[in-house]
Amino acid sequence: MSDSEKSGPWRLVVDPERCQGHNRCHALAPDLFKIDDLGFASAASERVPDGSIELARLAVRNCPEFAIRLSHASSRGDDT
Amino acid sequence: MTDRQPVTDWAADFDHMDAQWVDDPFPIWDDLRQRCPVAHTSRYGGVHLPTRMADVRDAAYDTQTFSNRRPVVRANLPNVALPTPPISSDPPHHKPSRMLLLPAFTPQAIAPYIPVTRRICNELLDDIGNAASCDAARQFAQHVPVRVIASMLGVPETDGDLFRQWIHVMLDDTVRDSPDSADKFVAASREMDAYFRTHVEKRTTHDGPDLISFMMRARFDGRELTERHFYGTLRLLLIAGIDTTWSAIGSSLWHLARTPADRRRLLAEPELIPTAVEEFLRAFAPVTMARQARQDGTIAGCPVKAGEMVLLAFPAANRDPAVFPDADKVIIDRKDNRHAAFGLGIHRCAGSNLARMEIQVALEEWLKRIPEFTLDQTQPVAWSAGQVRGPRTVPLRIGG
Repeated sequence: MSDSEKSGPWRLVVDPERCQGHNRCHALAPDLFKIDDLGFASAASERVPDGSIELARLAVRNCPEFAIRLSHASSRGDDT
Repeated sequence: MTDRQPVTDWAADFDHMDAQWVDDPFPIWDDLRQRCPVAHTSRYGGVHLPTRMADVRDAAYDTQTFSNRRPVVRANLPNVALPTPPISSDPPHHKPSRMLLLPAFTPQAIAPYIPVTRRICNELLDDIGNAASCDAARQFAQHVPVRVIASMLGVPETDGDLFRQWIHVMLDDTVRDSPDSADKFVAASREMDAYFRTHVEKRTTHDGPDLISFMMRARFDGRELTERHFYGTLRLLLIAGIDTTWSAIGSSLWHLARTPADRRRLLAEPELIPTAVEEFLRAFAPVTMARQARQDGTIAGCPVKAGEMVLLAFPAANRDPAVFPDADKVIIDRKDNRHAAFGLGIHRCAGSNLARMEIQVALEEWLKRIPEFTLDQTQPVAWSAGQVRGPRTVPLRIGG
């Protein structure tokens, strides 16, 4: 991947196979994650709003199950 | 009480009930992590103890090898099965018995109990009043989760003493493995079932917001729950959230009582409390869960034989320096905190949102009413033994 691709939008995904409903992401970044009726998380919107990348990274680094992926929308690689 | 041989070799003959472990397990775990990351003992029929986060995680995820049918290590087993789904369940039954419970414990479902918890905390703080000293465990921490779960179950909060008595029999007595502990455990379970049955019979409708009504509405594969399932889960709901959460509240107050800088910082920056609570949960994680190998397997290459037990030492994993810089230090503004206090994998504590809320509210209300307090060094702090660790006494001097 070239550096120019790095400037693209960031994509946030919660892996439903890994998420166990700890809700750490929602507690840290309530605007970036939503919680369903069973307590499982998903991204509020796939594209991370400008200015929220650091918060998204914080959620990634606090997920006990490594369920959150933050990557460039233009690539399949992970930022984490 | 069973005669207990003192431990001389923590790597090959550990005992999680040994006085040294009960008093201060952290140096034991730090030593094991470096020289023998999966310790073993032939006590209790054979138990393995991973202390590194990666190994605890792998074992927690390996539900094929490691079963939840016995989540507690003890010598004297009850002669009847008393399942408490879903904590005692394995796939494929685990998922439906957990799914039916989860809607009651989401952050949205817990929110109405925030004001209830605040009221309960303030009632307890009213009782402490203007005293110059108190015991933060016995007069505060131990009552908060008891009264909150009573409120959620829709039973009188004044029945809390009854609950604490059952908890004492089921946890303290049984982990000490006295000869009659298994009988007492069974008797306490029966008493709890009878208690719940009375409250079920009192209900003329099943549409209330309380957890007993919620469980009466619950369905498993489209059918009403069997009595065994229904009462087993109610027992779990009563037991699981009590000494675990009071241990976490007690440890947090114990830390603040002996660390004035952290106490003052939380007074000045109460918005930091949620972050601090995660750090208290990491550093003083109360709960260790057990598994039983249903087939021969390995943990980090160490062989585990079918039938042997494994202690998933989440509190030890939370002190792993490979995951946490300054793992042995309590850093109340720690940003990256991927701790495992509520377990990992499919058995993640179903009540974690409730526990977290109770700990946060308890600290907020305590600090508002009792901002100045220190540990009374003239009295000992007693720690609970077994798989739930917390201070049973936190003697404090109140005031600046």
